[in-house]
Amino acid sequence: MAQIFHRSFNTIARVSIYGGLLLLGGLAYVSWVVEQSPLYTDAKLPLVQPIPFSHKHHTVDDGIDCRYCHTSVEKSAFAGLPSTETCMTCHSQLWTNAAMLEPVRASFLTGQSIAWTRVNALPDFVYFNHSIHIHKGIGCTTCHGQLGEMPITWKENTLYMRWCINCHKHPERYIRRREDVFKPIYDPPANQEELGRRLVKAYDVKTPTYLTSCETCHR
Amino acid sequence: MTLTRARREPRWQGGQRAAAGVSLLLLASCLAACRLDMHIQPRFDPYAPTDLFNDGRSERPMVPGTVAHGHLRTDTLLYTGRINGVVADEFPFPITAADLERGRERFNVYCTPCHDYTGSGRGMVVQRGFQHPAPPSYHIDRLMKAPVGHFFEVMTNGYGAMYSYAARVSVEDRWRIAAYIRALQLSQHATLDDVPAPERGALAGKAP
Ligand code: HEC
Ligand code: HEC
Ligand code: HEC
Ligand code: HEC
Ligand code: HEC
Ligand code: HEC
Repeated sequence: MAQIFHRSFNTIARVSIYGGLLLLGGLAYVSWVVEQSPLYTDAKLPLVQPIPFSHKHHTVDDGIDCRYCHTSVEKSAFAGLPSTETCMTCHSQLWTNAAMLEPVRASFLTGQSIAWTRVNALPDFVYFNHSIHIHKGIGCTTCHGQLGEMPITWKENTLYMRWCINCHKHPERYIRRREDVFKPIYDPPANQEELGRRLVKAYDVKTPTYLTSCETCHR
Repeated sequence: MTLTRARREPRWQGGQRAAAGVSLLLLASCLAACRLDMHIQPRFDPYAPTDLFNDGRSERPMVPGTVAHGHLRTDTLLYTGRINGVVADEFPFPITAADLERGRERFNVYCTPCHDYTGSGRGMVVQRGFQHPAPPSYHIDRLMKAPVGHFFEVMTNGYGAMYSYAARVSVEDRWRIAAYIRALQLSQHATLDDVPAPERGALAGKAP
């Protein structure tokens, strides 16, 4: 009986099998890159705000503590954004002619609050709480990046579930002394591993088993 | 304060939608979130805007004449800093070392930008131009002699160019800050005799 397929089909078959696998792998890789990239996560993208507020100037250059503006960060789930009156405690005298600050003055006069664009946001089915993290020695910059270097605020991390879990499994890699939590710029010390293990014990941090169980964050 | 409801939608805008769309189409194995109904649930997050009420706020102001649980203000000394209308020179609760420490921390957060760590009134924000008028030093005679209730009142109601801090500093913390200011005032006028005898040796010769 004559062969149905010509010899060259051997090559074609091989090429299509390996080529197909390669194509699939390539697509998987591309989608992974896209999923991680700012295009998809919004991380590290500067946003347009009604006022170009600079954390660099206010925290590092002027030495203002986070809590002066984000008042409820230590005691509640929500960090809170400053009211217009908080801006006015200083800007009633500083930069009073700057056009940049016109929305602040307008808001103060009309009582209409400033509509900041949200930078970090979790889906509603996730429970997050600032106060527990602050209390257990997780610094703002670990999650939000070096605010002291940001002329405009951006989201530093993906806020994906695996990002949360990575720390909940290994808090000793990130934990810092409580007095360092509010530092606008912080680099972990060389002995982070050793310091971290000590602090996890001292601050009585819950076990990874508890911290990675679903109902901790999905309640 | 209202926040525009950005939530998760930014993931699905413009170019991102195209990118997400392409990877969705090409990959039957797409594991990314495809449904958003649980992402935005029918509830109000803090400061979320609403069109349910005319003022657009989901946080409702109190009905006039109501008192929230735990907010009945019968203790006039604690809440006003006065006794029978006269500015008080005593604290509504005993000040412990822990209170003083808390006062120091709160002072450093809310007051140092203008009043400086020592209370000199030369904080960073003053150096950048907050000088019409600039805050006075805590170590002038008038403020040294002022009753503690005065400091409580200044924080609660504001004073001249200085705004009120009542919205951000709790009543108890305002008293703790007042106690810490007293401690600062004493520290600036301390002599070697105020130092406990065993510690004096360490300071000998170092005093200015
Ligand atoms: C002078 C007031 C002020 C101080 C001090 C301040 N912030 Fe902010 N912060 C703001 C304002 C206003 C916004 C909203 C505008 C923006 O996103 O830039 C904001 C936004 C943020 C956001 C993003 C919020 C979102 O929408 O997700 C983070 C994170 C943040 N601040 C962290 C910090 C940290 C950490 C510090 C201390 C190192 C700090 N801030 C100090 C005023 C302040
Ligand atoms: C505790 C004092 C203080 C508060 C509160 C404060 N600012 Fe400022 N702000 C300053 C000072 C000081 C400068 C001048 C910065 C400089 O020259 O380094 C400044 C400068 C600015 C500028 C000019 C551009 C820049 O970044 O230098 C903008 C815009 C601004 N502030 C917005 C705000 C907004 C919006 C708020 C309220 C959320 C706010 N500020 C609250 C002290 C304050
Ligand atoms: C463990 C990580 C983590 C730490 C530590 C952390 N944040 Fe956040 N922050 C988040 C997440 C996640 C969100 C988004 C919350 C949401 O959408 O519900 C957020 C949101 C915010 C917001 C927007 C308003 C809000 O509360 O949703 C501000 C402002 C903010 N953070 C400030 C701070 C400051 C200031 C500190 C340090 C004192 C801090 N954060 C520490 C993770 C963190
Ligand atoms: C850099 C480290 C780190 C990151 C990132 C982080 N966490 Fe945590 N988280 C902790 C630590 C430490 C605790 C404190 C555990 C304890 O109570 O001892 C904690 C506690 C919590 C708790 C309270 C648990 C309880 O019941 O006591 C919740 C909820 C939580 N985290 C949610 C999240 C979510 C959601 C994210 C991601 C958006 C996140 N965390 C990211 C370190 C982190
Ligand atoms: C440390 C906090 C944390 C824990 C623990 C956790 N999750 Fe999550 N989970 C998150 C966050 C944050 C997101 C949102 C990620 C995003 O925005 O893409 C999420 C998203 C999800 C989603 C995706 C929903 C969607 O539409 O994209 C599923 C499903 C999920 N979690 C299931 C689980 C299960 C099952 C467990 C237990 C094994 C678990 N989670 C434990 C924080 C957590
Ligand atoms: C934005 C700058 C600023 C901040 C922050 C600030 N103050 Fe003042 N303070 C002033 C100025 C300006 C004056 C002088 C007001 C005047 O004479 O019109 C003043 C005056 C005072 C006085 C003297 C009142 C008198 O009898 O002369 C006291 C006491 C005081 N402040 C306490 C505080 C405390 C406590 C805090 C922290 C909770 C604080 N201030 C935060 C700017 C500030």
